[in-house]
Amino acid sequence: MAAQPETVEQVRAVTEQKYKYGFTTDIESDVAPKGLNEDIVRFISAKKEEPEWLLEWRLKAFRVWQTMEEPQWAAVSFPPIDYQDAHYYAAPKKKAGPKSLDEVDPELLKTYEKLGIPLREQEILAGVEGSEGKSPAIAVDAVFDSVSVATTFKAKLEEMGIIFCAISEAVQKHPDLVKKYLGSVVPYTDNYYATLNCAVFTDGSFVYIPKGVRCPMELSTYFRINQANTGQFERTLIIADEGAYVSYLEGCTAPQRDENQLHAAVVELVALDDATIKYSTVQNWYPGNAEGVGGIYNFVTKRGACRGKNSKISWTQVETGSAITWKYPSCILQGDNSVGEFYSVAITNNFQQADTGTKMIHIGKNTRSTIVSKGISAGKAQQTYRGLVKILPRAEGARNHTQCDSLLIGDKCGAHTVPYIESRNRSARIEHEATTAKISEDQLFYCRQRGISEEDAVSLIVNGFCKEVLKELPMEFAVEAQKLVGISLEGSVG
Amino acid sequence: MIEIKNLHATVDGKEILKGVDLTIRPGEVHAIMGPNGAGKSTLSYVLAGRDGYEVTEGSVTYYGKDLLAMEPEERAAEGVFLAFQYPVEIPGVGNTTFLKTAINAIRKHRGEKELDAMQFLKLIREKTKALGMSDEMLKRAVNVGFSGGEKKRNETLQMAVLEPKFAILDETDSGLDIDALKIVAEGVNALRSPDRSMLVITHYQRLLDYIVPDYVHVLAAGRIVKSGGKELALELEKNGYRDFGASEAA
Repeated sequence: MAAQPETVEQVRAVTEQKYKYGFTTDIESDVAPKGLNEDIVRFISAKKEEPEWLLEWRLKAFRVWQTMEEPQWAAVSFPPIDYQDAHYYAAPKKKAGPKSLDEVDPELLKTYEKLGIPLREQEILAGVEGSEGKSPAIAVDAVFDSVSVATTFKAKLEEMGIIFCAISEAVQKHPDLVKKYLGSVVPYTDNYYATLNCAVFTDGSFVYIPKGVRCPMELSTYFRINQANTGQFERTLIIADEGAYVSYLEGCTAPQRDENQLHAAVVELVALDDATIKYSTVQNWYPGNAEGVGGIYNFVTKRGACRGKNSKISWTQVETGSAITWKYPSCILQGDNSVGEFYSVAITNNFQQADTGTKMIHIGKNTRSTIVSKGISAGKAQQTYRGLVKILPRAEGARNHTQCDSLLIGDKCGAHTVPYIESRNRSARIEHEATTAKISEDQLFYCRQRGISEEDAVSLIVNGFCKEVLKELPMEFAVEAQKLVGISLEGSVG
Repeated sequence: MIEIKNLHATVDGKEILKGVDLTIRPGEVHAIMGPNGAGKSTLSYVLAGRDGYEVTEGSVTYYGKDLLAMEPEERAAEGVFLAFQYPVEIPGVGNTTFLKTAINAIRKHRGEKELDAMQFLKLIREKTKALGMSDEMLKRAVNVGFSGGEKKRNETLQMAVLEPKFAILDETDSGLDIDALKIVAEGVNALRSPDRSMLVITHYQRLLDYIVPDYVHVLAAGRIVKSGGKELALELEKNGYRDFGASEAA
């Protein structure tokens, strides 16, 4: 049974979506002049005291970028972006680069406290003590505008040979690793936004897990855009050496502003023989208001290379924020028997647009991939699942299973599924399932008759719909994500 | 006490209830029988507050309160329970989660403390045991893949957990074979109590062999046209609804 006109009316009547991370922090910033040219690229590189090879790499990217055009194939629309009307570098004043927590501006620490991100190691430890289970601590790298401000638990990780630091720091301290892997999964010529990122990326996280080491805690980056008129171009590079394991979490928020802000990140993952990388994202950038004003443009390139045999990369994402999301976390399954997974929940409400999905490129023998995508649309939001499964001739015995489910709330929103399948090996097995459903008036009434309010009922039903994906998230994150699912749809009915 | 007075209701602009009068005192079990299309299910939805069922005239006073002014979830919190003719499937939502969300929403509304996981588990074990149900059903998603009998037993379990003051059983016998019917009826009978009233809506008399009512009413063409004791049901079984303006085929 379709939604009753009343419900639809109520959906239309939504005026405001609560975004509780919409505050700004009053902090003195070191900001590059507006505009984008070679001098700005040099300025950023100089600020970071980068070696010559990296500057050259940035400049090559910038020159390529100037010859490129914005991709037009995604099912999203927005006014042209004036790339000259933004700042490409903003850092909290005081010296840039990582420092000990005691040196961090107390205003910054307060910001992260407000966001619920524990930077103080003792706070994390206290939290662990208080909880009954043996939940592992989380090491956090916090990126504020362009700069990594603090990385916790660094010393403890170093004992095991794990490197977890700001990428700008890794450039200084571990140049060989950075040089070897940076751009090796997403080359500087890859696509418009990724290439722009190569030219102007400011900071991000770097992780290296040595051979045979299982990282004992969740590693986490927290991204925050604070400064007005800045883009955030962070770059994350994660390498799991032979037999290593790491679970990595990423969270994002931004202040509420009327103008759109660009976020064009690049994430590269490399898994060598028998290594596993689990990458989870809860993306809650400011989505704009109920009329579609403001919000983040989240144009992100995320890709993982399963280089070694038996390696595994698993992407899990919960995307509730951003005005526009353009994002396809992908896996290149090079190593024989390697495994790629993509679990996604994308929620769009009001005027949000999302074009998201994944690419699974099967190169090695017996490579396997699983795609589970759950899209929820409410208000006037439009959402597209776009996915590519490609089997190359050598990928004997490759298998893929794809499941795309869409849930609609109201009748002004849309869901679209665009799967591309290319198989060049006859032994490959590819399965694709897709469903579209509406939250029915029957379900809502049934819940309400049992005493559950309409909003809680929507949250309950949607959480049920997303369950397969949410259970892939690490425990601490899963609880947050469940709440977020409820909050994102507040006001979508009732 | 529930007092329904001169209740008129329309669905899609068409008048279905045309002046229903009914008084139900605590502890009483009333049966409403009638031909198809008489307005039996409409009455149950109007009492539960479903969207699209518009009351145009009359009143329902529920323990001194205006029932019709309340939202469906408020009515539930005040103790109105509707056992659905066709219980709804909610994929991915575990039965236990659903029940816990429901009981805590109701407790919150009543100003009672919400149950924690342990307290809830204890309660639900008690109730399933009393109803002779397996724990296995609790682990499954709400009504998904349940047989007709399982769905109705699940409704009974929800009723047992939520402990309503006023339970409406809408065509509880539909889709049940005789064995399943007996089990469900036993469950319902176990929930009869001096402070809980029930309204049993049914087309057939056979349910009333197992859930024996105090009063039987005949609803035809939107009105209660005849009331009596439980023997009225037997009379209807023999003569059908012909006397009340419905064809035998209905």
